[in-house]
Order: sequence, then C-alpha cells, then structure tokens
Amino acid sequence: MIEDLLYSSPGWTNVGIFFLLGAALLMVVLGFVTYAILAERKVMGFMQLRHGPNQVGGRWGLLQTVADVLKLLLKEDTIPKLADRPLFILAPIIAFAPAFMVLATIPFTDRFQFADIGVGLLYYIAISGLTTIGIVTGGWASNNKYALLGGMRAAAQMVSYEIPLVMSVVGVILLAGSLNLNEIVEAQRSGWFIILQPIGFIVFLIASVAELNRAPFDLPEAESELVAGFHVEYSGFRWAFFMLAEYVYFFAMASLTTVLFLGGWLPLPFLGFIPGAVWFALKFSLVIFILIWFRVTFPRIRADQLMEFGWKVLLPVALANIFITAIVKQLFFM
Amino acid sequence: MIRTEEMLLNVGPQHPSTHGVFRIVLKIDGEIIKEATPVIGYLHRGTEKIAEDLQYTQIIPYTDRMDYISAMTNNYVICHAVETMMGLEVPERAEYLRVMAMELNRVASHLVWWGTYLLDIGAVSPFLYAFREREMIVNMLNELSGARLTFNYMRVGGVKWDAPEGWIEKVAEFIPYMREQLKGYHQLVTGNEIFMNRVKGVGRYTKAEAINYSLSGPNLRCTGVKWDLRKNEPYSIYDRFDFDVPVSDGGDAWARYQVRMAEIEESLKILEQAVEQFPKEGAILAKVPKIIKAPKGEAFVRIESPRGEIGCYIASDGKKEPYRLKFRRPSFYNLQILPKLLKGENIANLIAILGAIDIVLGEVDG
Amino acid sequence: MGGEKDLEQLKREAAAKAKEAAKKRQAEKAAAEAGGTREPVKEESEKATPANEEDDLAKKKAAAVAKAKAAAAAKKAAMQQGAEGEAPGNEEDDLAKKKAAAVAKAKAAAAAKKAAMQQDTAGEAPGNEEDDLAKKKAAAVAKAKAAAAAKKAAMQQDAEGEAPGNEEDDLAKKKAAAVAKAKAAAAAKAKAAAGGAGAGDDEKAKAIAAAKAKAAAAAKAKAAGSAKTGGDAEPDETAKPSINQPFLDKYTKVIEKHLGEGVLEESYINKLSKDVPTLVAKRDSYFKVAEFLKYNEQLSFDYLSEIHGTDFETHMEVYVHFYSYKNSQSVALKVKINRDQPEIESLQPLWEGANWPECEAYDLLGIKFTGHPNLNRIMLGEDWVGHPMRKDYEPYDVEV
Repeated sequence: MIEDLLYSSPGWTNVGIFFLLGAALLMVVLGFVTYAILAERKVMGFMQLRHGPNQVGGRWGLLQTVADVLKLLLKEDTIPKLADRPLFILAPIIAFAPAFMVLATIPFTDRFQFADIGVGLLYYIAISGLTTIGIVTGGWASNNKYALLGGMRAAAQMVSYEIPLVMSVVGVILLAGSLNLNEIVEAQRSGWFIILQPIGFIVFLIASVAELNRAPFDLPEAESELVAGFHVEYSGFRWAFFMLAEYVYFFAMASLTTVLFLGGWLPLPFLGFIPGAVWFALKFSLVIFILIWFRVTFPRIRADQLMEFGWKVLLPVALANIFITAIVKQLFFM
Repeated sequence: MIRTEEMLLNVGPQHPSTHGVFRIVLKIDGEIIKEATPVIGYLHRGTEKIAEDLQYTQIIPYTDRMDYISAMTNNYVICHAVETMMGLEVPERAEYLRVMAMELNRVASHLVWWGTYLLDIGAVSPFLYAFREREMIVNMLNELSGARLTFNYMRVGGVKWDAPEGWIEKVAEFIPYMREQLKGYHQLVTGNEIFMNRVKGVGRYTKAEAINYSLSGPNLRCTGVKWDLRKNEPYSIYDRFDFDVPVSDGGDAWARYQVRMAEIEESLKILEQAVEQFPKEGAILAKVPKIIKAPKGEAFVRIESPRGEIGCYIASDGKKEPYRLKFRRPSFYNLQILPKLLKGENIANLIAILGAIDIVLGEVDG
Repeated sequence: MGGEKDLEQLKREAAAKAKEAAKKRQAEKAAAEAGGTREPVKEESEKATPANEEDDLAKKKAAAVAKAKAAAAAKKAAMQQGAEGEAPGNEEDDLAKKKAAAVAKAKAAAAAKKAAMQQDTAGEAPGNEEDDLAKKKAAAVAKAKAAAAAKKAAMQQDAEGEAPGNEEDDLAKKKAAAVAKAKAAAAAKAKAAAGGAGAGDDEKAKAIAAAKAKAAAAAKAKAAGSAKTGGDAEPDETAKPSINQPFLDKYTKVIEKHLGEGVLEESYINKLSKDVPTLVAKRDSYFKVAEFLKYNEQLSFDYLSEIHGTDFETHMEVYVHFYSYKNSQSVALKVKINRDQPEIESLQPLWEGANWPECEAYDLLGIKFTGHPNLNRIMLGEDWVGHPMRKDYEPYDVEV
C-alpha cells in the first residue's frame, strides 16, 4: 500500500497521508522508547539487586517514563550564556532527525515497511552517520570543555566504528546478493546469516554497540570521566531529544540486527503459524536484552583502546570475513 | 591554518569520580594531561584545632568524620595513642571487639572501594553488589555501636558497648557468606578483559618511589613491600592471629586491585579466628579515671587502616585536653604521588589512577 | 599503675632467677662434658659467661592456640631436646617449671617473643659456648594465643642466620603443657627446632603460657633481661633500659662520628611513644641530620612516616617520624625553632612524601620551609588570615 503511494503522482493527499503515517510511526517509536527505557531500567534493576521503577503506574512502574518525559517538558530550558546559540538549538534536531529517518527502510514484516528502496542497507548506514554531526555540534556549541571532549570522542568513535560496521555487513550483502533489506531477509529462508556469517555477526554486534554509544563504548558521555559528555549543558526537552535519538537508534539498530542476521520476520522451522510480526518482536527483544545485558556487565573501554580495537582488530577481522565469504560463495553457492 | 592550544580543565570539586570535593586542575593537550595540580582543603574542618579544646573522649566522634569509610580504625588510633601514653591495659574482650569491629570495617571499606572503583571505570553493577555485602556489615556495626557510619564506638581503655546477643554468631555467619560472594566478584570483574586493559600498567610506580612518596597500605604493598603494621609492629592483639600480608609487585592499579581483594580475604581470616577465640565474658572497659588525662609528654602511634598507615600524635601537658593533636592521615600522604602519575596520561586514566589510590576526602582534608 | 610496676618487678625477679638457673645448668653441662672432673672449668666458664650472656639468643615461643596436629610436633621436639641434655639439670628444670607456672597469659609470652626478636636483630657476638637449657612447662588453659608471633620470631631468627661460628647450644625451652582447649602452637616450635639445628645454634625459649592467669611474669622479664647489652650478667632491678636503647646509642654514635659532636641537642627514648628513639637536632644541623639519617648505610631511614609542627608557645617544634624498611627501625627527629621567625629547611628534596605535610604545617602554623618547591596554603587557601594551629590564633572576621 505504501509502495503504491510512493509510485503514485504527487499531491497534497499523498503528503497528508505520509505525514499521518510518519506521525503514527513517531508515536510507535515514542511508545517504544518509553517502554525501552522502562525495560532497560527494570532489567538493569533486576540484574543489580534493585527493583527499578515501581511507583508510578503500578507495580511495574508503567508510567514512570511518561512522568519523566513530562518532567523534562516542564523543565526550564537553559542555554549557557557563552554557548553558540543557533548551533546549540540546532544540534539536538540534527541528532534526532536521522535517527527517525533510518526507520523508513526497516522491514518489520514482509508487508509493514515504509520504503522498500533498493539500497536500503546503504541508506541506513549513510543516514545514521549524520547523527554524529549533531553530537559534535552540540558538544562544540555548548562551550564547555567536557562537552567538547565528549563531542570529539563521539566523532572519533563514530568514524572508526562505521567502517567495521559496514565491512561486517558486506559478507551478508555478498550472500544475499542485494542491498535491499527485504531481499536480505528473503535470502535467509535457507538459513539465518547468524549461522552463515558468525564472524560478521560478532563484528557487527560490537560495532553496533559502539555506534549506539552504549556501554562498554559509552565514551562520549562517560559520566565518570566527562560528567555527561557532549550533552552536559543540555537540559529539559533539548536533552530529551538527545535521549530520544539514542533510544530510537537503539530501536533501529536492534531492528537492523534482526533483519540482517536473525532472519527478520521469518519463523523458526515448524513454527510458521506464529505471525511474522511476533517473530520479529521476539528476535528484536532478544537483541535489546543482550544490549542491556552488556551495559550491566562491562566496564567502560578507554578511548585509545577503543580506537586500537576498532582499527587493529575489528577492521581486519571484518575484511578477512569478506574474503572468506567471497571464497565460500564462489565454491559452494555458485 | 590549524591552531592547537592547551586547555585548562577543572576536574572537581564537583565531579562524579573525585570521591568527594577533590579538585584537580589539568592542563590538557587533547585528552593528554600535561600537568596536574591537585587542590584540596574543601573539606578541611580543623579537627586538630577543635580537638585542642576537647577531652579525649570527646575527640573520638570527630575522628569518625575523617576517614568516614573506615571510622573504626580512626576511633582506634586515638584511643590507642592515649592508652599508649597512659600505659593502660585493655581488657581482652574489648580487644577482641575492637579487632572485630576494625576488620569488619576494613572489609566494608574495601568493598566500597571495589564498588566505586568499578563505577569509575564504567561498570555500575559491582557497586550495587558490593553495597549489598557492605550493608550487612554496616548493620552489624550498627547493632554494635548504634551508628552506621560514624560509630563513635571505642573509648580509651576499651569499647563503649558490649556485643549484643547473637552478634558474634552473625559475624560467624557472615564470614563464609562473604567468601562465597568474593568468588562471585572475581568471576564478574577480575578476569574481565576490558577491566584488565583499563588497570594493567596504569599508574605504575616503583618500590623506591612508593617509599619516597610516603605511600602506605595497599599503595605500598602493591610494589612488593611486605609491610603491614598489624604484622610488623603488632598492636592490639593482632599478634594472636594467623594471617598473611598480601603483596603484589606490579606497582600498578591492577596490583593494587589484587592486594585489596586479597586483603578482604585476610580480614575474614582474622575475623574467623577472633570469633573462635572471643572470650565468653569479661570487662569491655578498663578501669579508667572519669576524666582521662594523658601524662605529660608526647607520643606518636601508627596503625594500619584500610587506606594505609594512620597515625596519631599527641603532645600532652598533663591536662584533660591534648596540647596538640595531629593525625597522620594516609589518604593525604598517598595522594601526593598523583601529579607525578598523571603526567602524560589521558583523562580516562586519571579516573583509573585516582580511584586506585583510594582516597577519602574527609581524611585528605582533615 | 603502681600495681603494674610491682608486677614488672616480680617478673624481672623471676627472670633473673631463671637466668641464673640456666647459667648454672649450662655450666654443669660443660662440666659433665668434660667428664665431671674439672671443677675449675665450671667456675671459669661461669665467670666467662657474663660477657656473653646478653648475647645469647633467646628464642621464646609462646605456643598457643593453633591446631592439634601441632601437638605431635611439639612432643617430638621436646623429646629431641630431652635426649640432648636433660640429665645434667634436673633441679633447674624443677625450678624452671615452678617459675613457668607463674607464666601467664599467652599474650605475655608474645611480648617476650617480640622482645627476644628485637634483641636478636641487635646483633650478637659470636663465640658463645654456653649451653643454656631452660625448659619451662606451664599449664596452658584455654584459648592461649600468640602462636603467630612465635612463628614469626623463630622464622626471623632462622632466616637471619646470625653470628657465624656460633657453637653455643643455648637451649632455653619453656614448655607449657596445654590443658583444656590449649592447642599448642607447636608447629612453630618444630620449625624452629629444625632451623636451629641446621644453623648450629639451638637456643630456644619456649614459653607456653597458662592462659587467663593475670601475671605475665617470667618469660617477659627474662626476655627483657636478656635483651640487655650492658655487660652485666644480672638484669638489674632498678632502671630497666628500653629495648630500643641500643638503637638509640647506635644512632647517636654514628651521627656524632660523622657529623661531629654538637649536632644533636638531646637524644632519648620516648617511653610514652612505644619507646621510639628520639633525636633532637639543633636548628642548624637539622637538615644535615635528616640527610644523614636517610643516606647513611647503617641508618637508611628511607620512609618518612609523618612530619608536622607544634606550637609550644616558647618555641615551635617540627616532629618527624622516620622508618627504615631496610633495618625495620623507627626513629623520631625533632627540632626546635624560633617561634617568631619559624623557618627551617624543607625535607622535600630528601623525601617527596614531606611535600604536602610541610605545606600543611606552613598553612596551619606558619612554619616556612626553605627549599620547598611549592610551599602553599594547602588547606585554607592563600587569602586566609593567620595560622590557626598557633596557640595565639584569633579568627579574623571582616565584620568584627
């Protein structure tokens, strides 16, 4: 249905429909973010001998995040006197917009997708890189040394880890023979790429955590070192935007992992009666859980070690994976 | 044209990882520290000055507030100094209570260190695990002294309160439990690759440097100096216990980590023996005069606190107040080496090095 | 306090008696060895001994708690000892036994050990031939402790392997049969026995003490007595010099030898402060003395434990506490300085550890340390008026 709209002649109706769809997705995403944060806090709580939120919204604290967002909305909007005002205001938007844009190409099921474009994977990776600009801008515009350091760290980290991330999916692309995410999922009917591309998966998982700025790669906002890193001067809703961007990426990256390596909406053998959406949700939740688990378990890596690890370990491994995949494909799949 | 310049970065006095109101002014080039200047004194309360107007017993609560993570050893050092001057013999039961309180506090202190150090390094969970066990210790000490942090438990000549019913059993139960948890700690953290990378070779100094900079406690033992006042200059009844002095020879944060973790086990060993030997009855306070007066003269005693060598100097003119009271505060001495260690390190290592020294700001500032 | 002094007296007396007995026994043994014919030898050796007496190593072990398995080892050790020279000294044994009954609380034994240990480190003269066997058996009730200290003492002694060429077979064993719970810490004993046999000197004083009995008695006193290096065989009852006296003598001797007579104002043992040898340097020679304390090989006080100032109203005083990891010894160095113009050389160039404490002393007392690289008001800040730890300090308040 969306496909038809994409190819129909432009008009105000189309714009309206797309706007409504976009708003609907935003609502879905916000809903997800709300409960992803809650889930994260709950899971972390259980792993850390705590209860997590359990006051607002019943025993499970179901409305805790809603209350938090409300609080953020009501908070005074502070901009430091010596900050670069236009950039300071612009930065959260630059950071958030690409996070939302990448969601367009993700196929949640075989039918539920906004834009089935041929280079979906490339689009995702290209657009997601833009967020870095928002972070660096925010860090620079704050006119704060911690923020600057955080922004610089973010830039270095994003650039370094984008490369192994891309390289690790090349194996997938080779096997699937397409950059289209739908086709990648379809190509996994015979076997998920996590089995065919184990090395690629591991590299991708690590690089994606780094891309997400989550522990153990949360250097840009390393609270024990840089206080809060790039968003140290942000408060209220501007800060919420950074937070939102982070969790939307969390959502997007988990979805992408599911699509690329876990067979997207495809069911396990003999369990085909369960709808694809449920499968997707299950796999997606698993990835989310693993990322939270990482955060609870690992200490933070150091900046120079991060760079070293990215360039000296992940990249060569990813490159080797490409070669091996190419050879394997040449020998067995042609 | 690219222009680079050095940046002045104020870390603290309000910063998550300076463990209080410690401030350090960094001259950084990118993230590399060119020069570090510690600034202290934000928590200076003039304990020593106040003490000049107080009777000895009244000073004890003030010592709680110096090294507030391990207040028992502070309590002990002042009592010990006065007892040494007076030549007081402390009843056996009191000695056992003191030793148990101090060792429990030592375990608690090292747990706090372990938790906060990993928090500094970016792992949140260990902090909460450590505080679970610490909570048990704090509760035990609470039962003993009526306070959770500022115990004010010891008195010149003994202790203030006897162990309540069932307290010894609680301590006895705690020991094997803590041992079990320690295993878990090691599984979670000790072998972790990221953690090892963060601490190995970080903040390294040699034995000679450690001695020259007057480091003490785990900061000294991590360079291979087998030196523990409990063992080498036994005070109280420490000569009755069979325990080891853990050392390591790396001289880096990793060695300090190992030493402290091993010290928890040694403290548990002492506790175990103390529980076994604990006299069933007896006085908990020696016969001391109502108003304690140290004889004219001066004394300097030193004991082993979790952070190192805590000392107490008393100059007395025979009155009920000390003429001059001076504490050798281990954190204050240990912190001196920091600017040297920081040169050329990056900011992430600043946190790892500072944390590994294990300072308590109340003690640094006195 | 008075009561305690009496106690000490008693202890010393007991020790003296024990010592005498031991000496007698030893002489007797020598005589026995000579075939029992040469009486004069006995006399002679008795006369000769005083000089060496104080040198004899007295290892005392306070056997205490510890595991039951150790008991076996203890027995073995005892038997060995018995085989070696039990016959010639029965009366003495009895005497010793009686004495040891008075020996009390294990902690007393521990103290003895400590003392003995210290004495050992003082350096003994080789060439003793005495054969001091004094076995003491005391009943040890209950939870006697201090095995650890005993072990340490024994180990240290063995490790040091002191005095080459010793032929002395100085066995002074005090054995306490452990009643009740007493799990004798005899493992230590066995260890020492093994080590001692190897080294050729076999002096042991095993004091296994009766617990809970209050009188500390013989062992302690004996240790104290034997610790004396004065040259008189009998421990004198009146003024007991501190066990640290020899160290103090050594320090002052070495300092005066190298730096001249007048550098020290005073030197004494500070009895209130765990008998730490205390040197009071003259204002002008303070730095020299400190430097010497650090770099002289015999002294090598490489660790500055504490430095602070005190305002004594008539003068200022800087108190420094040093420790030598090489020699395991402490010393306190003091210097009196003019109160109106408190200035003294900084020790920071010698010990980095003096850096901040000197700043603190400057901040709180106004003592200027010359040669300090960065003397600042570390606690209060540069704009603080006055030096609070001075006795005449008045808080400055703008509004008053």
